[in-house]
Amino acid sequence: MTSQANVLHGDRDLQADVPDRRPRRRGQRKTVASWIFLLICVTYFALPLVGTLIFSLRAKPMLSAWTDMINDPQVWSSLAYSFVIGIFTIVISILLLVPTAFWVRLRLPRLRPVVEFVTLLPFVIPPIVLVFGLISTFSRPPLPLTGTSLGSDVLLVCAYVVLSFPYMYRAVDAGLRTIDIRTLTEASQSLGAGWFTILWRVILPNLRVAILSGAFLTLAIVVGEFTIANFLARPMFATYLQQISGNLAYQPAAVALMSFAITWAAMGVIALIGRGSQTEIEVTGAH
Amino acid sequence: MTDGVSTLDARPAPPARVGRPRFRWTFLGVVPFFAFATLFLVIPTLYLVVGSFKDQAGHWTVQNYLNLSQPITSNAYATSIEISLVTAILGGILGFLLSYAVIAGGLPARIRTGIFTFSGVASNFAGVPLALAFIFTIGRTGFVTVFLTNVLGWDIYGSGFTIYSKLGLEIVYLYFQLPLMVLIIAPAIDGLRKEWREASENAGASTWQYWRHIALPILMPSLLGATILLFGNSFGAQATAFALTGGFINLVTILIGGQLSGDVLGDQNLGYALAMGMVAIMGVTILAYSWLARRAERWQR
Repeated sequence: MTSQANVLHGDRDLQADVPDRRPRRRGQRKTVASWIFLLICVTYFALPLVGTLIFSLRAKPMLSAWTDMINDPQVWSSLAYSFVIGIFTIVISILLLVPTAFWVRLRLPRLRPVVEFVTLLPFVIPPIVLVFGLISTFSRPPLPLTGTSLGSDVLLVCAYVVLSFPYMYRAVDAGLRTIDIRTLTEASQSLGAGWFTILWRVILPNLRVAILSGAFLTLAIVVGEFTIANFLARPMFATYLQQISGNLAYQPAAVALMSFAITWAAMGVIALIGRGSQTEIEVTGAH
Repeated sequence: MTDGVSTLDARPAPPARVGRPRFRWTFLGVVPFFAFATLFLVIPTLYLVVGSFKDQAGHWTVQNYLNLSQPITSNAYATSIEISLVTAILGGILGFLLSYAVIAGGLPARIRTGIFTFSGVASNFAGVPLALAFIFTIGRTGFVTVFLTNVLGWDIYGSGFTIYSKLGLEIVYLYFQLPLMVLIIAPAIDGLRKEWREASENAGASTWQYWRHIALPILMPSLLGATILLFGNSFGAQATAFALTGGFINLVTILIGGQLSGDVLGDQNLGYALAMGMVAIMGVTILAYSWLARRAERWQR
């Protein structure tokens, strides 16, 4: 592991149940201690969620926090906007990183440390510094992107593509490790395939699991991202939540829980597509 | 990309190419990636680097870095480092214990899977919703606060606690620090072989001796590396602190945000130096982490 992201070495390792042959009494004491500690942790993790739920239910009339949220068009427009930004980010990230990772493995192995270094830079340059640099650079000629709404959208997507580098590159690179790209490439070439065909019809399908898990992690990060969206003044989901938390009482509680549910759903999808696959899967993002 | 150097191409290179590096055109394949990274990552960073070494009139100087010692910026660094240290060490210890409990503590396999899935979610659940969740829970009118006051007669806000403080922020940060630790340290705990334990027991070692002389030394690079990573994770966080305190806590990230939106330092170039100081600390963090992670890998496999 060389990145900030942790790599869950496949559920299979963690689930491998080895029969316990240690003296029983100590084993029992250990199990009891584990249960107690687990309960304390679960309580800590559950309380804020329960607290938010209770808070959302305090609204009068009952459930109005939830109906308000459902009837608030801006909740849905900001969510839709976040998803569109997320999808653009994912597509560009895949288009940039899959050919690069493939090419570096196949032809430019000496360049690998350089590419790896660049993809890890977003861990060294936190989002607040990245957006500081982006705004300083792109608020003046020759590329005054922050001046227009479309330009800011472009800048936002590009910033998120940068944020996705470590996760997407590592996912794709781990995927490439599990397939024999040299043989696949040579076989495709002997059948007359060009580079585009090789990438699109041979490499990409073989990287399905890796790319999908990278994509959903990127989606989870983008939909919850606040710092960059806030300074670029983009109507993202998290910036809208921050905005209403100042002037609405109960509805933000419902929206916060929905945000949690979205993260949970993205992680659930990653767990599902990773099941039974040999590919290592990234499971966490930046804050 | 038709560079003509296919792997099946067994023909010798055309004479015209002799003396020239043959792989020249293959570099075209990585141009889009490097162009993108240069435009949206390297140039913006260099902009800050260059700006941090210039004074307001545009002359080269290191004065901005010397100015970081003034109270507002040095306090920001101190607070950021303190909060990151506290949450990294606490999150590290608690996360290790939880990870160990679910992997080797004799708990059902289903709980293990549940905790790991949840950790994936919680380590990504940061920012505005997380800050709000804690405000709704132990804010002034949160249900835990109300419960403690009404049922146990303990008014935590009366006794000086507030969620909008350093302590409050640390409690909130643990919500993503602890699960991150659970996930990063899992492979190392998984790598502790049963045989080592059995061998030490056969040699007459106690549990304490096993941990002191075998397990902890083996785990140490992983534990240190993971804790350092948690430090960086907390040090670079902005959204959670901003949403929780509205910018009233003096962290480096919050101060950079204030500088970006309203020039709170009153000096652009000092702002650049502030950001660069942060990048330097993050850089050291990541270097130390990858060095330790490489050492730790020896025991896994």
